[in-house]
Amino acid sequence: MEKPVLSVENLSLDFHLRTHILHAVRDVSFDLHRGRTLALVGESGSGKSVTARSLMRIVDKPGVMVGGRIILRTQGREVDLAQLASNSPEVRAVRGARIGLIFQEPMSSLSPVHTIGSQIDEVIRLHSGMDKRAARARTVELLGQVEIPNPAEMADRYTFEFSGGMRQRAMIAMALAVNPDILIADEPTTALDVTTQAEILDLIKRLQTERGMAVLLITHDMGVVAEVADDVAVMRFGRIVETGTVDAIFHAPQHAYTQRLLASTLKLEQPADARAEAVITPQPLLTVKGLTKVYGGAKGFLGTKKFALKAVDDVSLVLHAGENLGVVGESGSGKTTLGRLILRIVEPTTGQVLYRQKDGTEIDVTALSKSDLRKFHADVRLIFQDPFASLNPRMTIRQIIGDPLVVEGKLKGKEIEEKVAELLRLVGLSPDVMERYPHAFSGGQRQRIGIARALALDPRIIIADEATSALDVSIRSQILDLLLEIQSRLDLSFIFISHDISVVRYFCDRVAVMHRGKLVEIGPAETICTSPSEDYTRALISAVPNPDPRNKRMLHRTRFSALSTST
Amino acid sequence: MTLTPILDAKLAEDGPAISGLKPGMDPISDAAAGQWTLIWRKFLKQKVALFCGGVILALYLIGAFAEFLAPGLPDTSRAQYTYAPPQSIGFFTPDGQFQLHVKGYKVEIDRAALRRTFVVDDSVIVPVGLFVEGSAYKFWGVFDTNRHLIGPLDPTQTMYLLGADRLGRDLLSRLIYGTRISMSIGLIGVCMSLFLGVVLGSISGYFGGWVDTVIQRIIEVVSAMPTIPLWLGLAAAIPLTWSPLNVYFVITIIVSLLGWTGLAREVRGRFFSLRNEDFVTAAKLDGSSERRVIFRHILPSLTSHILAVVTLAVPSMIIAETSLSFLGVGLKAPVVSWGVLLQDAQNIRSISTAPWLLIWPSLAVVIAVLSFNFFGDGLRDAADPYET
Repeated sequence: MEKPVLSVENLSLDFHLRTHILHAVRDVSFDLHRGRTLALVGESGSGKSVTARSLMRIVDKPGVMVGGRIILRTQGREVDLAQLASNSPEVRAVRGARIGLIFQEPMSSLSPVHTIGSQIDEVIRLHSGMDKRAARARTVELLGQVEIPNPAEMADRYTFEFSGGMRQRAMIAMALAVNPDILIADEPTTALDVTTQAEILDLIKRLQTERGMAVLLITHDMGVVAEVADDVAVMRFGRIVETGTVDAIFHAPQHAYTQRLLASTLKLEQPADARAEAVITPQPLLTVKGLTKVYGGAKGFLGTKKFALKAVDDVSLVLHAGENLGVVGESGSGKTTLGRLILRIVEPTTGQVLYRQKDGTEIDVTALSKSDLRKFHADVRLIFQDPFASLNPRMTIRQIIGDPLVVEGKLKGKEIEEKVAELLRLVGLSPDVMERYPHAFSGGQRQRIGIARALALDPRIIIADEATSALDVSIRSQILDLLLEIQSRLDLSFIFISHDISVVRYFCDRVAVMHRGKLVEIGPAETICTSPSEDYTRALISAVPNPDPRNKRMLHRTRFSALSTST
Repeated sequence: MTLTPILDAKLAEDGPAISGLKPGMDPISDAAAGQWTLIWRKFLKQKVALFCGGVILALYLIGAFAEFLAPGLPDTSRAQYTYAPPQSIGFFTPDGQFQLHVKGYKVEIDRAALRRTFVVDDSVIVPVGLFVEGSAYKFWGVFDTNRHLIGPLDPTQTMYLLGADRLGRDLLSRLIYGTRISMSIGLIGVCMSLFLGVVLGSISGYFGGWVDTVIQRIIEVVSAMPTIPLWLGLAAAIPLTWSPLNVYFVITIIVSLLGWTGLAREVRGRFFSLRNEDFVTAAKLDGSSERRVIFRHILPSLTSHILAVVTLAVPSMIIAETSLSFLGVGLKAPVVSWGVLLQDAQNIRSISTAPWLLIWPSLAVVIAVLSFNFFGDGLRDAADPYET
């Protein structure tokens, strides 16, 4: 095998923080070969992004490189990037020209005040010294290569006129502008929908084969790794715990951590064992009838009709007692709005939400008065997506979980404390943590606290809005199992809103698929996930990466024709 | 690539790699620390702000103990010492004995300019002591006493450490009494601004809609007004017959009437961003009433920010009072404030004969304003301890 184009040897990085030193990267070594993709996998905080950034010497303060070598072999020369000052001309010549970088967030990595074309022109002109006209010609060519339609015209558009997927394409075009030898893709598809993700990964793969680049792919998603990587390095707490070919890692993992990571990924590929067969009662617990939410559209200042957006468009569904209903859809499909409409955090434009109370009478939630709505909110609770924003940082855990009890006013002082302790035990936390503040907990623990708060008032329905999306995969399955366990103990129904089809499949009995505010399809989870009847659902399901390198699903995916016309 | 699992015992160590900044330091000890503890810890890191906090504290202590700290009364005038220059404290008398003292003055007449000039007279020594008896006063209006921190041992003699003004009054004593008025006017004015700003800002930010529009337009109108002419107009409307104390309160009201807008905007902005935070939605879903959401969940998240904004607003109050008094429409004699003291330094002639009349009061203003600004900046940086 020819010499690797880039070798990292014993790289170490420290962050001097306010309270402690964080050894973000410890003794990391790996090689990048031409034409091959190395996936650097790890959960949040494992140091994978920092490692990637250190290759371009763009680690921000207070990060300090404390050791190691980064040897770049291009144009017949060997350069140790670690020895150079991070702002030296040599390093700047490497950035963008020899190593291209794609960021995670296409929204913030492109300048909003320059046209896409001029941003790419700049890169080309900086590194190759072409004149304006030649640079623009090259830009248009590049945009064509990343499959942007009408590249000449689109080059003059601004960032906000591009969709997320298009921005990421433009970002790739920029990274490839000067024919780099290495492409670093730092979670390039994490912010994108699955169908867009599949297209972007396809594109990167195609460009790599055409150009013979080495690709370093940073990701937390084992499915993506299985689909595109040749080699894998698994990172944990700043160390590479295991490296190997993708097949070896997936089918013969050696390190305990890799095995655990794979186990939790694979676990989500099938329905949960713990799930009890829901007994379908004849009378539904919650009935949604023709629910619609229109934003805008009111008569404007001069009587002109403004543009109206139907966030949720005539959605009807039922939820039975003891049932888990999944709502899946891509971003902008209206699934979160649907959850908020049911709770009336957002007022519906038209439609009804009927809720059967404990005594068997049915009430129309959309017509409830403020005080009746409070009673409804005690029965139907919400678990939030972001475990950091949903807990008030200025209150202790006892105050946070006890708050609904205090407001309810049935329990007093000591009783509330006992109830909080009981709830904490229920979600697998020790009651000793009661006096702590949220900042002392990790994301998964915070989500447990959020669940305890939701359970405080003995609810009957829990709406979980992307409750596991912000969590690492190993924590994700733990939380899902916790919810299932709680469900088996308490009489609960879930509406589980998620963009992640594997999570929904694991957790739910029935799944509703949403697309642009409309309910596309609803049916049993297994049917939806294996043999959907609608084209859109089929495209969605087939775009989900499969965590098995021997059976790549994405490459044989079906494309939903409406998608390509819409972008 | 070959399979190379790293199973070295040393490398397989578990847990995130964290070590204390100093050996033996526990990196995670704030699990049960509330927001004020965290803010305080973050604030302690800011040395400049901490120092300025000390200066501010010292200024308020000076204001509180003005009678005791000042060598004399602010209104004792001695015509023969008009524009007497500052004296410096000596420690040893010419015969080598230890005795705090100041040198006396000798008056010389400049024949050409027909002007009296003071020259230090080495032969006259005025002994000075600590905790001496001097002119009688009522401390805080309660105890009768005549003790002063420093002063001439013989009360009939004079000591001008910072010089004297046009009427031969001691500038040091007047400056110390002025500290009380000037520093407190900032505080009282800000309290009123705080009340207006927080109330209107919260209403505007929480309810939004037309309420917000109306309040914001009012704020814009108020802050569009040119301040100095407006102050001048309002201050000129104060009846001349009012007692100095009444004038003092009216001036604070006038100053704070225009100062609340910035605070209201800050509070509104915070409310806007917090209103859509998940934890506020959670509180609403928990069944909390609007009042409970505001007072229990939103306002506690704001207090530290409000405190920082208030601290940054105090100096503008001090400046406002100083400018009004300097222009002669604010506080008037016999009340002593830094602005009133600066009135004496309005013309070039008095500055050339007695530059200390300009230097010391303006230095006091500069120190106070800078200290508040640095202190406020530090507070603002520490106000959100939860950002990384």
